[in-house]
Amino acid sequence: MTTLPQHTEKSLGLVIDLDTCVGCHACVTACKGWNTENYGAPLADTDAYGANPVGSFLNRVHSYEVQPETGPAQLFHMPKSCLHCADAPCVTVCPTGASYKRVEDGIVLVNEQDCIGCGLCAWACPYGAREMDPSEGVMKKCTLCVDRIYNENLPEEDRQPACVRTCPAGARHFGDLSDPESDVSKLVAERGGIDLMPEQGTSPVNQYLPPRPRDEAPEFDVLAQFLEPVAEEPSGFLGWLDRTLSKVS
Amino acid sequence: MHPAPSIILFTTLSGLGFGMLAFLGLDVPAPRGWIAFWFFLIAYVLAVGGLLASTFHLGHPERALKAFTQWRSSWLSREAWLAVATLVLMGIYALGLVFFDVRLRLFGIAGGLLALGTVFATSMIYTQMRTVPRWNHWTTPILFLAYAIVGGALLTGRVELARALLPLLLILQVFAWIDMDRHEKADPTNIGTATGLGDRGTVRAFEAPHTGENYLTKEMVFRVGRKHSSVLKVLALFIGMLLPAFLLFLPFNHVFAAFAVLLHLTGVLVQRWLFFAEARHVVSFYYGR
Repeated sequence: MTTLPQHTEKSLGLVIDLDTCVGCHACVTACKGWNTENYGAPLADTDAYGANPVGSFLNRVHSYEVQPETGPAQLFHMPKSCLHCADAPCVTVCPTGASYKRVEDGIVLVNEQDCIGCGLCAWACPYGAREMDPSEGVMKKCTLCVDRIYNENLPEEDRQPACVRTCPAGARHFGDLSDPESDVSKLVAERGGIDLMPEQGTSPVNQYLPPRPRDEAPEFDVLAQFLEPVAEEPSGFLGWLDRTLSKVS
Repeated sequence: MHPAPSIILFTTLSGLGFGMLAFLGLDVPAPRGWIAFWFFLIAYVLAVGGLLASTFHLGHPERALKAFTQWRSSWLSREAWLAVATLVLMGIYALGLVFFDVRLRLFGIAGGLLALGTVFATSMIYTQMRTVPRWNHWTTPILFLAYAIVGGALLTGRVELARALLPLLLILQVFAWIDMDRHEKADPTNIGTATGLGDRGTVRAFEAPHTGENYLTKEMVFRVGRKHSSVLKVLALFIGMLLPAFLLFLPFNHVFAAFAVLLHLTGVLVQRWLFFAEARHVVSFYYGR
């Protein structure tokens, strides 16, 4: 059913730290690897070794440069995947019921057997979180690694999304954002986590931690204190020369 | 947005077809016998042909029947129901008129209203997209309905009505384009809200996530349309409305009328191409385009 649930028992999602992400794309590779071998149709590539490779990915890392009014420009890396919105516009537009939001944990999923590949959900998503698979003709999206997080065949430390598990910088966190006592909720409260495109009214579950203010280096010369003070006004012979020449010129 | 030929053909042809069915169902006197047969045949070819064209862009057209299940929430599903209901009711109405010289008035009225409802549902598929500010506005359903009604008047040979409606459609379209531009400009989403970094300074997309294109950039980050839009707009108005109106004001002649219909159809195709090609999806902000 493509109407949205009034309430979900949990709101599982990701917290992504823009201060910590180094833009290594390891999460992209881990995501593609896991989701090609497990849940649903594999994530296809076309012309993978040719001139125009195109493929479907559930997670992509953008890089942005911010030029403040003063000071040097700053570079931020921004991984972006499905934000598992509370008011997911992609779900309600689906004509077949293939897209749905789970009541038990709030994950937005696609039932690929019901997907007709009309692409309307990808239009409805402001974040570009859904991509049509070029080979299978069905819509692919982040499943929050639903086949890892509850998987008792995996060691406990692996029961989190592949992107979170693999992140070498610790920039990605996974948890229940509806529970104010969870680690992720505390992190969001402490760092002032934000919604992307809040004006779109999607109420995304995933939160982004804004970069903390950079340290400002004061104007400071490490060698200056060891130098002789320089006289502002020349004195003695040089002073006489300066005064005399000033009169002439 | 990528102007997919299948969707342009679908909205144009089925819009004209359902507009024609609305006139055939609601307007009196209704045609009878062979004349009715040809009118209904053209209307069904346009409406059904358009619907078939729309299935060409599906990844799995063989599952299309599943699209009837979500009418509670999805405009696409509602459109499917309304289209089928229209075609069934108007089919019965047409049988009566063509073969039995009987006008089943209630079937005609219900079918005619449902035909307009189908066009409205089509327009709402686009209007509901909060992500495409140009579409997410009241002018979109009005425009779709207006094009269907004018096309229906032209194709069912209501010459006097078409003469009056074509200039009105021109004014409405010009107003809608101006209003869409204004609405798109006023939209609060930008690269700053997309990244959440807007309050720190000027944000610039430094590196895309990939060196080539992807589904998103092909489907939603289409830019050619904006380059030639003013020329195409003048063409759409000239071919789609001014020339047909001029031909209809000449002494009536079936050749002129046929030309008026073909010119109008071409103009609507140009207008529909612009409707998609000019529309900017907010995901393009992530790609800095």
